[in-house]
Amino acid sequence: MTRVYRWEVLKLLAQKRTYLGLGAAMIVPLIFVTVLILKTGGPNDIPLGRYIRQTGLATPFVVLFFMSIWAFPLITALVAGDIVASESHNGTLKTILTRSRNRGEIFAAKILAAFTYTAVVVFAMGTVAFVAASIEWGFNDLTSLSGTTVSAWHGLGLLAASLAIYAWPMAAIAAFGLFLSTVTRNSAAAVVGTLMWALLMQLLGVLPGTESIRPYLLGEQFQAWHGFLRTPADWTPIVRALWVCALYVGAPLAVGYLVFLRRDVAGE
Amino acid sequence: MSDPSPLEARGLVKRYGDLVAVDHVDLTVDRGDVFGYLGPNGAGKTTSLRMLLGLIRPTEGNARLFGRDPLVDGARALDGVAGFVEGPRFYPYLSGRRNLRLLGDLDGGVASSRIDEVLDIVELRDRAKDRVGGYSHGMRQRLGIAASLLRDPQLLLLDEPTTGLDPAGMRDMRGLVKRLASEGITIMLSSHVLAEVEELCNRVAIIRKGRIIYEGRLDELLESAGGGYVLRTSEPERARTLLLAHGIDGAELEQGEVRFQAEPAAVEAVSIALGQAGIGISALVPRVATLEELFLDMTEHEAVA
Ligand SMILES: Nc1ncnc2c1ncn2[C@@H]1O[C@H](COP(=O)(O)OP(=O)(O)O)[C@@H](O)[C@H]1O
Ligand SMILES: [Mg+2]
Repeated sequence: MTRVYRWEVLKLLAQKRTYLGLGAAMIVPLIFVTVLILKTGGPNDIPLGRYIRQTGLATPFVVLFFMSIWAFPLITALVAGDIVASESHNGTLKTILTRSRNRGEIFAAKILAAFTYTAVVVFAMGTVAFVAASIEWGFNDLTSLSGTTVSAWHGLGLLAASLAIYAWPMAAIAAFGLFLSTVTRNSAAAVVGTLMWALLMQLLGVLPGTESIRPYLLGEQFQAWHGFLRTPADWTPIVRALWVCALYVGAPLAVGYLVFLRRDVAGE
Repeated sequence: MSDPSPLEARGLVKRYGDLVAVDHVDLTVDRGDVFGYLGPNGAGKTTSLRMLLGLIRPTEGNARLFGRDPLVDGARALDGVAGFVEGPRFYPYLSGRRNLRLLGDLDGGVASSRIDEVLDIVELRDRAKDRVGGYSHGMRQRLGIAASLLRDPQLLLLDEPTTGLDPAGMRDMRGLVKRLASEGITIMLSSHVLAEVEELCNRVAIIRKGRIIYEGRLDELLESAGGGYVLRTSEPERARTLLLAHGIDGAELEQGEVRFQAEPAAVEAVSIALGQAGIGISALVPRVATLEELFLDMTEHEAVA
């Protein structure tokens, strides 16, 4: 299994789109910091936006907010939507399925590789944003969402925890991408479809009348990290994100898995 | 109980909607065979091979490789088996060697020296560092063989391995198949070229419109099809009359040539007679039946039976 997973990662590392997504995730925070250096004012209506020039710790949280709308879903879809479909496109599915690995193992390795990529992208964005902003505005104490002061090092720990919980709804988008990638066998369709689905999920969250189901919509889970930034920490959104996202991850993967296991591999 | 056959198909059927791509196919390949799976384009060869390799699910029937069913035993059914259907495909963005390394790892790991060995066998060693995306069809075909050999197979399934190659490539590929067969690997290869199957195979199954219309020894088949002889001369009418007079019934004119069937001794006799009669011979050659003629022959038999 380690070997199969390793090769899935190596394949990603050999493809341009991987760097396209990863590069975008690292350039966006740089642009963001540059713009704030050149201009006065800031994203005051965004959580932690008011403190953006107080400490480099605020920037990654603010960028998380902006990128959750479409940038991160697109970056994730780009790779997850391609990871099975590209094998169909290259005709390599038949090549790897006539070696000594079962289909389930191949699919599992693809899931893990897509999740790895997703996590790497989120943490790469966080790291670049944190480092760039800290160079400009310093590594200072952070003001929490409850208005209390959090020491810089504690704040860094909260950032890491926030990125980790943020990666979980991203994994749900990746899971949906994998599912579409398997079912459509077409990279472009899967990428676009996954992005549409992510946007639809967000749209549902802002429509009037969805208040009662809102906590269980995927879009909402991108804000679960707020729980870490309260004093004392509010575990409710975090725990909810854990199990809600597990469903959003599990359902498409289960269907994708069954399809992958049984499907005819002809002419691909 | 004796060892299970390398390959056995029983009642294989594959339907695509109304189309029956493979229609109750039975096949048995024995150890040491070079088995030809012969049929025109669209006959169902690739579809059969896909079912044998577990890539697609049969609508009915089952396939066994050394007694194991790909649908039941998964990847384990392919132990000791390697091959490809249609053109072998690789990751275009990886080099030939990296592709082999990857596939070797999927088999549980393989030594670099072994990769060099198989690259040498298919004469790709000096291009192994280049990305497969830049390979020609023939190079990919050879890399496909290399990838198969990495598994040290006892049974090799090759789907039209020479199709699309230039004449030199075809000759090399056939040479390679012969060499592998002589090393004791059981081979099943599909082809739409009778001459190729004739050159390489000892046993053959002929498939047409999804159905096996002949399975058995190739020499027996060719004998029964009775290739006969072709005679070219500037006076075909006279030659034909002379042949008939010499008891060669069924000598007929076709496209300005005389075609007939006879024992070698009788052929020698008429060649002398033709000379004495002043009929010049520009060619007198044995005629190899084409696949189409074999089909015609067999469908006639079918109709009679
Ligand atoms: N995936 C598929 N979907 C629909 N029809 C198919 C598919 N694969 C093959 N066929 C049809 O099945 C028949 C047999 O095809 P194939 O096995 O590729 O023939 P061969 O390899 O002998 O040329 C053809 O009529 C082909 O069009
Ligand atoms: Mg074919």
